[in-house]
Amino acid sequence: MLRYIGKRLLQMIPVLIGIAFIIFFIMDFTPGDPARLILGQSATAEAVEQLTEEMGLNDSFFTRFFRYIYNAVVNLDFGVSYRTMKPVFDDVFTRFPVSIYIALCGMIGSTLFGIPLGVLSAVKQYSKLDTAVNVVAMTMVAMPPFWVAMVLILVFSLYLGVLPSAGATTWIHYILPTITLTLANGSAVLRITRSSMLETIRMDYVRTAQAKGVPRRVIIFKHAFKNALLPVITTVGYIFGSLLGGAIICETVFAMPGLGSLIVLSIKMKDIPVVMASIILLALSYGVIMLIVDLMYAFIDPRIKAKYQRG
Amino acid sequence: MSEYNFNNSDKDGYVLEIKDLEVIYETDLETVHAVNNVSFSVRAGETFGLVGETGAGKTTTALSILRLLPDRTGKVTKGEIFFNGENLLELSDEVMRKEINGERVSMIFQDPMTSLNPIMNVGEQIYEALKYHNPEKKTKEELEKRVEETLELVGIPKKRKNEYPHQFSGGMKQRVIIAIALACKPELLIADEPTTALDVTIQAQVLAMMSELNEKLGTATILITHDLGVVANMCDDAAVMYAGELVELGTVEDIFESEDHHPYTVGLFGSIPNLDEERERLQPIEGLMPDPTALPFGCHFQDRCPYCFDRCINEHPQLLKLSDTHSIRCHLFSDKALEVNHD
Amino acid sequence: MALAATKNNKSIALKRKGKLKEFWRRYKKNRSAMVGLVLLLFILFCAIFANVIADEDAVTRHNPEIRRQGPSAEHWFGTDIYGRDIYSRVIFGSRISLMIGVFSAALSLLLGGVLGAVAAYFGGWLDDIIMRIMDMLMSIPATLLALTLVAALGSSTTNLVIALALSNLPSFARLTRSSMLTVVDSDYVEAAKAYGARNGHVIFKEVMPNAMGPIIVQTTQSVSNMILTASSLSFLGVGVQAPAPEWGAMLAEAREFMRQFPYMIISPGIFIIITALSFNLVGDGFRDALDPRLKD
Repeated sequence: MLRYIGKRLLQMIPVLIGIAFIIFFIMDFTPGDPARLILGQSATAEAVEQLTEEMGLNDSFFTRFFRYIYNAVVNLDFGVSYRTMKPVFDDVFTRFPVSIYIALCGMIGSTLFGIPLGVLSAVKQYSKLDTAVNVVAMTMVAMPPFWVAMVLILVFSLYLGVLPSAGATTWIHYILPTITLTLANGSAVLRITRSSMLETIRMDYVRTAQAKGVPRRVIIFKHAFKNALLPVITTVGYIFGSLLGGAIICETVFAMPGLGSLIVLSIKMKDIPVVMASIILLALSYGVIMLIVDLMYAFIDPRIKAKYQRG
Repeated sequence: MSEYNFNNSDKDGYVLEIKDLEVIYETDLETVHAVNNVSFSVRAGETFGLVGETGAGKTTTALSILRLLPDRTGKVTKGEIFFNGENLLELSDEVMRKEINGERVSMIFQDPMTSLNPIMNVGEQIYEALKYHNPEKKTKEELEKRVEETLELVGIPKKRKNEYPHQFSGGMKQRVIIAIALACKPELLIADEPTTALDVTIQAQVLAMMSELNEKLGTATILITHDLGVVANMCDDAAVMYAGELVELGTVEDIFESEDHHPYTVGLFGSIPNLDEERERLQPIEGLMPDPTALPFGCHFQDRCPYCFDRCINEHPQLLKLSDTHSIRCHLFSDKALEVNHD
Repeated sequence: MALAATKNNKSIALKRKGKLKEFWRRYKKNRSAMVGLVLLLFILFCAIFANVIADEDAVTRHNPEIRRQGPSAEHWFGTDIYGRDIYSRVIFGSRISLMIGVFSAALSLLLGGVLGAVAAYFGGWLDDIIMRIMDMLMSIPATLLALTLVAALGSSTTNLVIALALSNLPSFARLTRSSMLTVVDSDYVEAAKAYGARNGHVIFKEVMPNAMGPIIVQTTQSVSNMILTASSLSFLGVGVQAPAPEWGAMLAEAREFMRQFPYMIISPGIFIIITALSFNLVGDGFRDALDPRLKD
């Protein structure tokens, strides 16, 4: 099992370098001049040119990229922010916890919403309840999250005045973002739970369990649901991974200092080191989350466990 | 006959009596007439063979006994299923689950590869059958002991009870499934093509074990198969099913040794190779079974029958009684019949 | 042999026609799919006849005298902070959103489809390389990737379409690959290869038609996804630029004033929901009608 984990972690290295290359390449196209950004509008053209030369920005794309990778891998030096002139991780690490909280809230909300309703509507397929749940789920995915966030602020902060509309200092600040993210992602969990349940509920082993007189409730949870869990876990893991950096809208509307809004700001400022470091961190977290998802598979399914143990 | 005590058997000694069973599958598009007017009885301790091609309605008949027809589509429209004198079709779902399924009637399904829950160890899957049928409130240890006993009964070492289905071969999986079915010492076991999915050598092993267990435990068995050889070796009585109907019913002697047969039964015999007899080639039955959504008015076998005549097209044949035990649903035998079983 | 082949082709053609009819019969019965179709037709109607049912001038004309007026008989959805008629803006906005959604989904399907098909058909190292790159792109949240791409390409509607298409590439490549693989391994494709059909012929004549079902469904649903992401990016100010009446951009403008003038955020939001919902419902209906097995 440890060997499997080690193998997976090693496999992440080329992926991360590939992602670094893609982002470095894209960022190379963005308009703007880092030296000018650092020195400000009043600096002379010569000063800007000199700094550009000092920073090695006149070198070819590949020289710059390999220098970046070399510094990052060998010296663990990801550079300094062009905007603040401080090491990139100063900013990245103060914001990462907020992103983790936001992603956790969104993930937990979506799971608590999606799994019970998904199971219920699969078990009562074709009933009125099933139809109603499907209509709700469909409408939920069709609602733009920024609009939902605005409506929630309008109702709960501006009219009722019961919940804060901005910031991330107390747990109360996370209530509206959680609702927003649950509305945006809950139906993905619901739908995958429902369809996966519909599949397992028709399996031969469920019929075997019926033939041996196992109570319906036990059949649903112990036989059908447990077997239906794998794709659900993948979806939940994927939601967590994508919310870490993808909750940009939520961070913007609710003014929460997370990683997503830092990336947006840095892209606009052409602060390449911060963008690079943030996205590499996100990709690394994504890889780790997917590894955890796969390990949970092994915990549920003995066949997968046996496969991992073989290496 | 056996150590097993059939205290509930009714006076005729029948464990199961099916009368005029009719089952349909209904979707908004079509109605499939899967089982039509099927009647037969199974005596305590006997093995009853139900033979026919795929789609003849064998499995549907079996599922109706356990009341496991698909919720929305499958429906019993007529008939009675008496189990020790009690009509199963009239019991509540709760009573069915608690007192019948897995406890007094159990079923073995066709495909051992998919019939076991892949994420539950085999001991647990046997334990489950015992746990939900435990009127005597036995302790967990006693039940665990019974799990081990049952495993040994089907020839699996008890130390393997913590292993998962993927660690067993196909034949061993089928043994586990048989163990689950027998855990509560049922009075009736329904085995739906228990060996079809297995290799030929394993088939023989599993069948030998089943017939040994049948002798030892005296459990009445309905053996569903399309293999006449299996019927000859294992069964006391047998019925041949075609397009949802019984076309021939009798003791194994009636089916294998009598002169008189339904043309379909003759066809079935014609399509198995026989080394004792010299024959040019196998004689398969020409054609296909009729569409179950639009069964022909007359005899269901008319299109494929070499002896078909006017009456077969115009009149649906009744099950004709040729002897106390032997009945055939065919107009060819109308002058030989003792009496007509009107259905 | 030749005769048999012609006969076969004919019966296939007949079957196709029957299939389409059967498809529609099943689709029709699905109530939510029909609701989706009606909504979709409504949005299409708005987009096509925008210049008939709304006032094109009012979309961009600033009119300080009638600023921030609530809904009235004259201005059904009210007016915005510059006195522009929100109704006209919303109606013309449907053109922008539909265009972005459809074009980016089509582009994504085209590029992803080709990549996935190539990966599935040729396999080996080519498959490995393509799919590893797709995996890399997958691990960056799609919104973030699209945002980075728009930043690099510059904010314009065309670039937004390209960015959306590229950021959704992995899911299309994966889907095409997996649905092609099930077909590629089937006997009839083996047979076509065995009698020496060219690769192109096999891909387009044998494999594609049979792998189409899930791909059509995903394309339909991704139109709705693209529309939502596009409006999010516009909301963040990196998508469609002012003064174009994009729904997300309109909501961004209205955001500061939503306390006093909540009506400003209602109609653009509702239109986004209707459009996204219609494509989702239709896509779902397609899936159920194409593959009844999935439903029951």
